[in-house]
Amino acid sequence: MSPISLTPMELAMAAVLVLASAALSLRLALGIQRPLLVAAARMVVQLVLVGLFLRQVFALTSPWVTGAVVALMIAAACHEVGSRQERRFQGAWRYGVGGVPVGVATLGIALLALATALRPDPWYDPRHAIPLAGIVLGTAMNSASLALNGVFTSVSRERAAIEARLALGADRYTAFRNIIRGAVRAGVLPVMNQMAAAGVITMPGIMTGQILAGMDPIESAKYQILLMFLLAGGGFAASAGSVYLAVWRLTDARDRLRLERLVSRHGG
Amino acid sequence: MVNGLCGLIVAASNYPLYVHEPESPVPRGLRARLSLRPSIRPLANTTLTDTCSSLIVNGLHGRLAGPFDLGIEGGECVALSGPSGVGKSLLLRMIADLEPARGRVELDGVDRDRMPAPAFRRQVTYVAADAGWWADIVADHMAYPERARALLPGLGLADALFEAPVATLSTGQRQRLALVRAISQHPRFLLLDEPTSALDPEATARVEALLARLREQGTGLLVVTHDAAQAVRIATRRLRVTPGGLEDETP
Repeated sequence: MSPISLTPMELAMAAVLVLASAALSLRLALGIQRPLLVAAARMVVQLVLVGLFLRQVFALTSPWVTGAVVALMIAAACHEVGSRQERRFQGAWRYGVGGVPVGVATLGIALLALATALRPDPWYDPRHAIPLAGIVLGTAMNSASLALNGVFTSVSRERAAIEARLALGADRYTAFRNIIRGAVRAGVLPVMNQMAAAGVITMPGIMTGQILAGMDPIESAKYQILLMFLLAGGGFAASAGSVYLAVWRLTDARDRLRLERLVSRHGG
Repeated sequence: MVNGLCGLIVAASNYPLYVHEPESPVPRGLRARLSLRPSIRPLANTTLTDTCSSLIVNGLHGRLAGPFDLGIEGGECVALSGPSGVGKSLLLRMIADLEPARGRVELDGVDRDRMPAPAFRRQVTYVAADAGWWADIVADHMAYPERARALLPGLGLADALFEAPVATLSTGQRQRLALVRAISQHPRFLLLDEPTSALDPEATARVEALLARLREQGTGLLVVTHDAAQAVRIATRRLRVTPGGLEDETP
């Protein structure tokens, strides 16, 4: 159970792989040596900083500090979801339509897991709460991004079909039924693939990390299973939540399509 | 009795109903409907609408067009004409509550805002010139498949089209099927945006005949058309849409 501690020397040996790739890229005039080295350097700096930061946060074991870190992570995810869309809402809705479901799903799932399956002592123990919130947040953010992209790209294409249904007396959610179905599916698809392929086609990251760190494979599999369930729930909640919120905002109380609330990334 | 009730509704209404302005004659459609009444028989698979309906548009205006004032009764056909871009489609869409607008629209004296928008649109149904389709097969768009199927022969459409994929249909077939889709829901008023724009003369004549039968059954029609001869054939009143409102063109 004792993890094998890595020395700087061993890491430097692995870094040779990146340097060799960069040298080969230069030799073959592929032109990717610069972005490759920049990305590798960024990764090292970011992870070391996060490690140092988390060491401090773990040492404090304060519910306020833990809460603040999680809040910061959620805010960053909201910004990501809002800025990834080619077409988007104006004003605060741009971030709210994805950010609110992502935040609610992450907090809900993380708290549920802390209260039932994991039960660390104290329950806000940052060693459990922060990585858990982080992994759920990543999946929820991806799901919401994909789902919103599905709504926003199909709503313009399907405009005539939506309006035909509204004109015939359908309410707004019925008129959007095809779009809702497709967008929620697009958001949940990566999580479903991940579950279906887990252990057969790919070795899930958590399990790999735990096994490498010296944990029993069955114990790490149990952790992975728990996390997969949490991710599936989080991904679905974030997809469905953001899709319904987007449809609600794309229509009004009189069941009218309000496409003018959607703007393109480059002006108008 | 029905007509007496109709008069009562009109008399009680505070809004100018076009047909009851003293200087305008009783519309031909209304007269025709009254004189035809004893001989009216319900169509197969349809019910005879025997109530007097009224649709009153009062001061309706959007950002770019209006205000529009208009009153239509069941059994009337009002043709709308005007240059492209003047707001004819916009007017129909505003009446159907598909476009935000200021002003009042009343169905049988009840403000449309007092009923859910979907319920209102099932009574006052807008059909676009090139209406959209949301499923693969024609039949999956029909709320009342038997009623819809019964309407196909009258419009010169083969029964097999009912089960056909929408993607295989011609523009003209889609246009008539969109009409079938709306009519089979038995709306009280139909707002038709160039309903024969993609049709040959024979199909156009069939659509016009169907519209005439709908009028006999008491359906009110508001039809945008660029064809002046068609307006003369189908309409009891002809109105011209201008940026500032409607002008009566009925001789």
